[in-house]
Amino acid sequence: MYVLSAIVSLTLLGLVLGLLLGIAGKYLKVESSPIVDELEALLPGSQCGQCGFPGCRPAAEALAEGCAPATMCPPGGSALAEQIAALLGLDLDLSDVKEPELLVARVSEATCTGCTRCFKVCPTDAIVGAPKQIHAVVADACIACKKCVEVCPTECLQMHPIEVTLRNWRWAKPLNVPVQPMGTGSNAVC
Amino acid sequence: MLSLFKKPRFRGGVHAEEHKTATAALPIASDFPLPKKLYIPLQQHVGKPAEPVIMVGEKVLKGQLLAYSQGLISAPVHAPSSGIIVDVNDYPAPHPSALPIRTIVLETDGKDEWMAISVVDDPFQLNPEEISFRVGAAGIVGLGGATFPTAVKLNMGRENHVDTLIINGSECEPYLCCDDRLMQERAGEIIDGVRLMLHGMETEQAVVAIEDNKPQAYVAMLAAAEPYAQIKVIQIPTRYPMGWDRQLIRYVTGKEVPVGCRSSEVGVTIHNVGTAYAVHKAIRLGQPLLGRVVTVAGGAVKRPMNVEVPFGTLISELFEFCEVDKEQTARIIMGGPMMGDSLPHTGLPTVKATSGILALTKSELKNTEEQPCIRCAGCVSVCPAGLRPLDMANNIRINQLDAAVDLGLKDCISCGCCSYICPSNIPLVQFFKYASGEVIARQQAQHKSEQTKRLIDARNARMERIAQQQREDELARIAAKAERERLKAEQEALV
Repeated sequence: MYVLSAIVSLTLLGLVLGLLLGIAGKYLKVESSPIVDELEALLPGSQCGQCGFPGCRPAAEALAEGCAPATMCPPGGSALAEQIAALLGLDLDLSDVKEPELLVARVSEATCTGCTRCFKVCPTDAIVGAPKQIHAVVADACIACKKCVEVCPTECLQMHPIEVTLRNWRWAKPLNVPVQPMGTGSNAVC
Repeated sequence: MLSLFKKPRFRGGVHAEEHKTATAALPIASDFPLPKKLYIPLQQHVGKPAEPVIMVGEKVLKGQLLAYSQGLISAPVHAPSSGIIVDVNDYPAPHPSALPIRTIVLETDGKDEWMAISVVDDPFQLNPEEISFRVGAAGIVGLGGATFPTAVKLNMGRENHVDTLIINGSECEPYLCCDDRLMQERAGEIIDGVRLMLHGMETEQAVVAIEDNKPQAYVAMLAAAEPYAQIKVIQIPTRYPMGWDRQLIRYVTGKEVPVGCRSSEVGVTIHNVGTAYAVHKAIRLGQPLLGRVVTVAGGAVKRPMNVEVPFGTLISELFEFCEVDKEQTARIIMGGPMMGDSLPHTGLPTVKATSGILALTKSELKNTEEQPCIRCAGCVSVCPAGLRPLDMANNIRINQLDAAVDLGLKDCISCGCCSYICPSNIPLVQFFKYASGEVIARQQAQHKSEQTKRLIDARNARMERIAQQQREDELARIAAKAERERLKAEQEALV
């Protein structure tokens, strides 16, 4: 008898509360700002949390309210910061944005079994090979999405930083940069 | 008074302390001992690297082709001495990063034995095309430092009907005086090279421009050019960067090369005096470009001199010959102090671009402690390209590269006048070098993202096509099965 009354009361409670929530969801709905949606579409969507917000959506909301600087997203780097600044019409100070490290997938020839799984998932056809033949990555076409790393059964595909050669070597930015009195570049952070 | 309204004949520039007296009075040393090993990079020029034609273990003679030029803009590489090829592999490049570059290692046998050489009696009977072909085959590149293949430049001059050939004898960088000595000692050969270049370009007149701090070179060249009416030798004021092609063209002809155009489009081509000398040797003597005169100078050098070295000689051996004090050397620079590159160590070879190697002491380096900009506009007045370095640097500091490009970043020639003149030691030219590289990197990233989009679209289209094909196959299979069953049913009905 106790069991039955417990089941009935809890079920009723659940139904009533669920109904209330349903009504509240319909009538008390908060309209989301279209700018937040646009910002969310720009952000990577990987919900990594490196910005200090629980995900890309809260980060987009903070951006829209002006509580976060355009340079908040570490994986996006300066390219994303520029896009966000253009969308929000902000002045941009990119002096302390770190560019994400560029990676490229590479096949370890010792452990590749030629299973063809990696090149089936590669979105840019950057992996070439045939069944039971060692596969290879066309470095210029690799976009470092890491999908191949996830499917590789022998972990022979690994991400490596792009090798610096005479062709892609560049001068580094001069160090010991003091603060310059500038009219621009003030990002208000609340 | 009217002169105020005239366009100035040169813009900006600085007059740095010359530091040339230690070496300019000494004759070119030709007693440099042949190194045991020569490290010959396959890319010593602008354009595509050369492709080796020799095998490891092969015996080669002096002047023999080691690597042929591939592509339109490229230059071959020849053996600077006789010996055995011991390796073709990656070795550190004479570059600020000292990153690896494909290099042929030649172990010399000390005999310095020449290959068979064929010489033409009268090169002026040759076709102009033949002249530039021979210049290209000799591996000659612009020896002023730009290392652009000379044959390509001769062809461009001929095709654009250039009317004036300017021979750049300005040598405006401090410390360097290899061209000065070359003009003093080998004026006749240089003038002969100029005549051959004129013939190769089908151009009527040449002007040899020499800065007025080299009076002896001027006198020697004047005397050598006297019999030839088409070659004029002039003196120009000593001011860095006089040797910049656009500055020199503006001073000598009064013409301004528009932004984004080549000098041949205004009817002028510039070659260096060293290049003219190399052309003489290639056409008259049949000798490819195997070595050059290098200035070794700087406070840490006990025996500063101009010395003729084969390409591939390690800087460490050169320094040993010139008795460089390693303790005092604070910085090693390839080229001049204004535009040269600082090298991380001396285990790097000399190449076609090596006009000088400087070993500077600490006292010769500039104080690098940066102070805030005081808005003196010194950098604006010395910029030969007419830019505003301070504004560009401020934009680059906060990574606003687009704004810097709008201010003319792409017209910056990295001459270093702005950094030299800045009283606050702001690393202006260093900012521009960084930004120029970054602009190229961004363009490449942009190009890659476009290519990626194309690849993804192509893959999606292919996947869609395959799925479509499978659906059609499936439908055909179902239809065939239905047909078979119908026939079977009909047959059964008949039975």
